[in-house]
Amino acid sequence: MADQNANQTGGRLGPPVPLWARKSLATVATVAATLLGLLFVTFMIGRVMPIDPVLAVIGERATQEQYDATFRELGLDQPLLVQFGIYVGDVLQGEFGKSIRTGQEVTTDIARVFPATLELATLGTLIGVILGVPLGVLAAVRRGSWIDQVARFVGLIGYSMPIFWLGLVGLLIFYGILGWVAGPGRLGIFYQGIVEPITGMILVDAALRGEWTVFRNAFSHIILPAALLGYYSLAYISRMTRSFMLEQLNSEYVTTARVKGLSERHVIWGHAFRNIRIQLVTVIALAYANLLEGSVLTEIIFAWPGLGSYITTSLLANDMNSVLGGTIVIGTIFVGINIFSDLLYRFFDPRAK
Amino acid sequence: MSTSQGLRAWLLTEEPTSRRQARMAAWYKGWLTLRSNTLAMLGLMVLVVLLLAAIFAPLLATHDPFAQDLGQRLLAPGEGGHLLGTDSLGRDIYSRLLYGARISIYIVALVVMVAPVVGLIVGTVAGYAGGWIDVLLMRMTDIFLAFPRLILALAFVAALGAGIENAVLAISLTAWPPYARIARAETLTIRNSDYIHAIRLQGAGPLRIVTQHIWPLCISSLVIRVTLDMAGIILTAAGLGFLGLGAQPPSPEWGAMISEGRKYILDSWWVATIPGIAIFSISLAFNLLGDGLRDVLDPKEGQS
Repeated sequence: MADQNANQTGGRLGPPVPLWARKSLATVATVAATLLGLLFVTFMIGRVMPIDPVLAVIGERATQEQYDATFRELGLDQPLLVQFGIYVGDVLQGEFGKSIRTGQEVTTDIARVFPATLELATLGTLIGVILGVPLGVLAAVRRGSWIDQVARFVGLIGYSMPIFWLGLVGLLIFYGILGWVAGPGRLGIFYQGIVEPITGMILVDAALRGEWTVFRNAFSHIILPAALLGYYSLAYISRMTRSFMLEQLNSEYVTTARVKGLSERHVIWGHAFRNIRIQLVTVIALAYANLLEGSVLTEIIFAWPGLGSYITTSLLANDMNSVLGGTIVIGTIFVGINIFSDLLYRFFDPRAK
Repeated sequence: MSTSQGLRAWLLTEEPTSRRQARMAAWYKGWLTLRSNTLAMLGLMVLVVLLLAAIFAPLLATHDPFAQDLGQRLLAPGEGGHLLGTDSLGRDIYSRLLYGARISIYIVALVVMVAPVVGLIVGTVAGYAGGWIDVLLMRMTDIFLAFPRLILALAFVAALGAGIENAVLAISLTAWPPYARIARAETLTIRNSDYIHAIRLQGAGPLRIVTQHIWPLCISSLVIRVTLDMAGIILTAAGLGFLGLGAQPPSPEWGAMISEGRKYILDSWWVATIPGIAIFSISLAFNLLGDGLRDVLDPKEGQS
């Protein structure tokens, strides 16, 4: 909506402003508005909390003078709009305040836990893409065949299964009964502290340092939660791939290509698939964003020390600064990925120009 | 027999003689299409069973769902007259499941009463009014859409306090934007049709046009979307319950039951597994029914 609006404004300014500049400006405006909205919502959530922010800082036994001083210090005597301004300023400088639970800056905490979530979501998305895209393409090509039914079934189950429950059952079967994978946690206790962190993602760090025993242990810990998340993105990615491919396969150029006598493989991968690549990248980006968020419940089940666990534990400890900080980080990434896929569409799809 | 034949003929006539007959006929034909879809009927049946289980829970339950008996704790299914076994406090899981169905239905019903209605109002107002109202409302919708849903629900529940009603409110607050988008898209296509112009010329105001002539046409797309979203709503509610932010113990909410059974998963698998199967069946049923309804109400979408 804002794009159209900006385009209209741009139209009034006349031709001198090039199209790309106008579009970029519109995008920047959209991002800014959305992020401001995000901050406003978290700000309001922070304000309607039944917890007194002053008491949270100074404790129950403070005197009235101390209370009043902190009250002013936190800017709570200012009008709400001014408070919001202060809040936005703080967040822009990366200050989410101190965590009551850990006693550290929320920013420090998040920097510490985020790589774990990133690692999990990335591996999950990889699994989803590697299995989901071929499955979707095959289902579209052999529409109505058994493989199409399988794809449909996989999707249905994925959309209907409570992820935390599937995680528990997975732990029961693969860890409890079969013993194929390691249990909850990120790394066995004997392997901790061996690898000096570089990226914070244990698999990457261990590989970079050549510590393959650590790598194997970490892999055996991550594979079950990653496969679980991978299954969810697989359900989404294969379903979307199938419908994109069907759209292409039903168009006339595909018929033309077939009439010309091109091999079926060439028609499918060289023609139809080429045309869904951009759509596919946007879907994968969205699936990735969903996994970053969807990892909250998975992290709890697998005692994975990521952002999801951090937010939930803070929540149960009434540590609002951490909860809101985490929400803003995930929200911002979410918005960022949305905008990224939007831009991709705009710049690479000739029809959008 | 002859009356049912007559009724069938009346419903299937090519030339309906009244508005009511035409409307009933459309419903009946839709029902026939839906009935031919085996999976959708299966979903419907599961939901009917759920509804009956919830209504007749006191009759069907073999034990008091809240009665603890520590001597009978963690019994396997079938042991000691407990159909699905007992949990860590010796409560009968089967009876708790039945009463839990009531909570699930309660949550779903509340969300359905709030989210689509909010979405419908925002979407149609934005679409019909246009201009800056449209920009403002849609920007707001986009902001909520850009939010990660579960995280937002978590933050809301954190602010409002844990409990079923607050969980419902949090889910509704995160669920309305897609409905607003759909309603707006429908409104934009309807807004400039001739019959709307005709009504406006007859002197109908915006309120009348929107509520009487645009809303009815948005309903079918919304119903499909709501049915398909139902699974997601149930899963989110169960997730909140699992995290301890939804229904509070000792309430037999299914997500909370899984959470309670989590500690015993390796020794007493049934405590956490059985409520999960219940959640799965219900959301699968909603997905199957939603797919079927989409085929009936929106044949074009169903093809792809």
